[in-house]
Amino acid sequence: MQWEVVIGLEIHTQLATRSKIFSGSSTAFGAGPNTQASLIDLGMPGTLPVLNRRAVEYAVRFAKAIGAELGERSVFARKNYFYPDLPKGYQISQFELPIVGRGQVEIVLDDDGVKTVGVTRAHLEEDAGKSLHEDFHGMTGIDLNRAGTPLLEIVSEPDMRSAKEAVAYARKIHQIVTWLGICDGNMQEGSFRCDANVSVRPLGKEKLGTRTELKNINSFRFLERAIDYEIERQIDILEDGGRIVQETRLYDAERDETRSMRSKEEANDYRYFPDPDLLPVVLDEAFIEEATRDMPELPDARRARFQEQHGLSAYDANALTATRAQANYYEAVVAACGDAKLAANWVMGELAGALNKAGCGIEDCPVPAPALGGLLARILDDTISGKIAKQVFEAMWAGEGDADRVIDARGLKQITDAGAIEALVDEVIAANPQQVENYRNADPAKRPKMIGFFVGQVMKKSQGKANPQQVNALLREKLGG
Amino acid sequence: MSLSSDDVHKIAHLARLAVSDEEAEALCRDLSNILGLVEQMAAVDTSAIEPMAHPLAMHQRLRPDEVTESDRRDLYLRNAPAAENGLFLVPCVIE
Repeated sequence: MQWEVVIGLEIHTQLATRSKIFSGSSTAFGAGPNTQASLIDLGMPGTLPVLNRRAVEYAVRFAKAIGAELGERSVFARKNYFYPDLPKGYQISQFELPIVGRGQVEIVLDDDGVKTVGVTRAHLEEDAGKSLHEDFHGMTGIDLNRAGTPLLEIVSEPDMRSAKEAVAYARKIHQIVTWLGICDGNMQEGSFRCDANVSVRPLGKEKLGTRTELKNINSFRFLERAIDYEIERQIDILEDGGRIVQETRLYDAERDETRSMRSKEEANDYRYFPDPDLLPVVLDEAFIEEATRDMPELPDARRARFQEQHGLSAYDANALTATRAQANYYEAVVAACGDAKLAANWVMGELAGALNKAGCGIEDCPVPAPALGGLLARILDDTISGKIAKQVFEAMWAGEGDADRVIDARGLKQITDAGAIEALVDEVIAANPQQVENYRNADPAKRPKMIGFFVGQVMKKSQGKANPQQVNALLREKLGG
Repeated sequence: MSLSSDDVHKIAHLARLAVSDEEAEALCRDLSNILGLVEQMAAVDTSAIEPMAHPLAMHQRLRPDEVTESDRRDLYLRNAPAAENGLFLVPCVIE
């Protein structure tokens, strides 16, 4: 049977505020346990939550970025459950009236196609603390530093049809929140957490299959692997005539499988109700205007502009707008060299390779964008060939100065003097009589391939510095045919 | 509408309240009476009225994003029945 996969994601993004959502405690990562937990975070009687303005502004920015309806009035609700890292016995979240309503994002697929994925809603809530299960004489340690950290939980429509699409969507949300500067996007520190709802159904059927929820995924790579594993598991069960149990499953990266949590707890019954400690949040025009005034050009708009203005494919434009720093770098290179395509090839090729090898981000790139643009300008004005440019780039990376300085110091300037090139060509022809004869006797259709040998010899003699176009033209002329 | 004794035990369990069978019986009656009252109110046509999230006709006040709390961990940990290495200790939550 042909199966169709249906995936929806719930993404928890930690908002990059200085203080917590309902208290004045710091949200800095890595502080000593419980040193950032105030009476409000500890859920002490007699305390009252007061909402952080910046958390609301960040939610508004996100809404604008995905073209979402903004809840003019949104309400906080209590989600009730007992766990030691949730001191109040409830989490303050939003239920019926979330701050961000329906919106959408576009994802670019491997085949250069573009797909729209719906965002159902996004709501503000507080994070819980952390339980440390190391052995404290048979007890569990609780650190409440994270309790009360603001989260924006972004819920998608079940629009994804493969693990790859789910990853593309997750990356898109990651791109948007980091681009806007509302989340640092650090998955290892838990600032960006993905849960996936996965089900399968016979192709062509409308009714959704029973879904499972996958948790404990802390990288995009694991997200893809966890979903792929789960799809296979579900199809195997269904094809053997079994049925899927609706449950939460944890991904185990070491064994590359998902496992049922097998919780003996009763089905969740959160008994949501409006939190009487918090009044409805009302967003007026002035607030929205102020929150969104300094919003940068958004990634999709920039991608579209790159396609149009720089003549790039959707795929290339998407890669070049992966982050704001990347897009800014690319545009600075274009500005410096004037050739958008050459700049794209170098930023995605040589530069990306070097950054990858060094394990650093474009923010820490040792070759500034104007310097790379300067190097490309030397290719464009025929001072050096593309091949020599790679050598120059390596030297620039190693800190030997800008392109002109490296070209000068290493004597890499291209030989364009016709007389000098002719002398080299003559030498090569004289030294290889057999090759020359073979060439002249060969089928004209095969000659373009055979000329490569002579070009190679001339380039070698010139230490790579002869202008390849001139060498080619001269060889063709001299060899005849 | 009336609640069963099972309903009451379930609600009590969710709220982590210990309720004896006798108490449950009394609670069952009281809670069912409250639900009866709600049913009576439900008969009123409220289709033109916006649902109320809060009895006060006011908006939530927002505070600036500033760190105003300092570290008072040692003081707060003194309230806890058990603490160690700056952590609150609770009965083990996983096997």
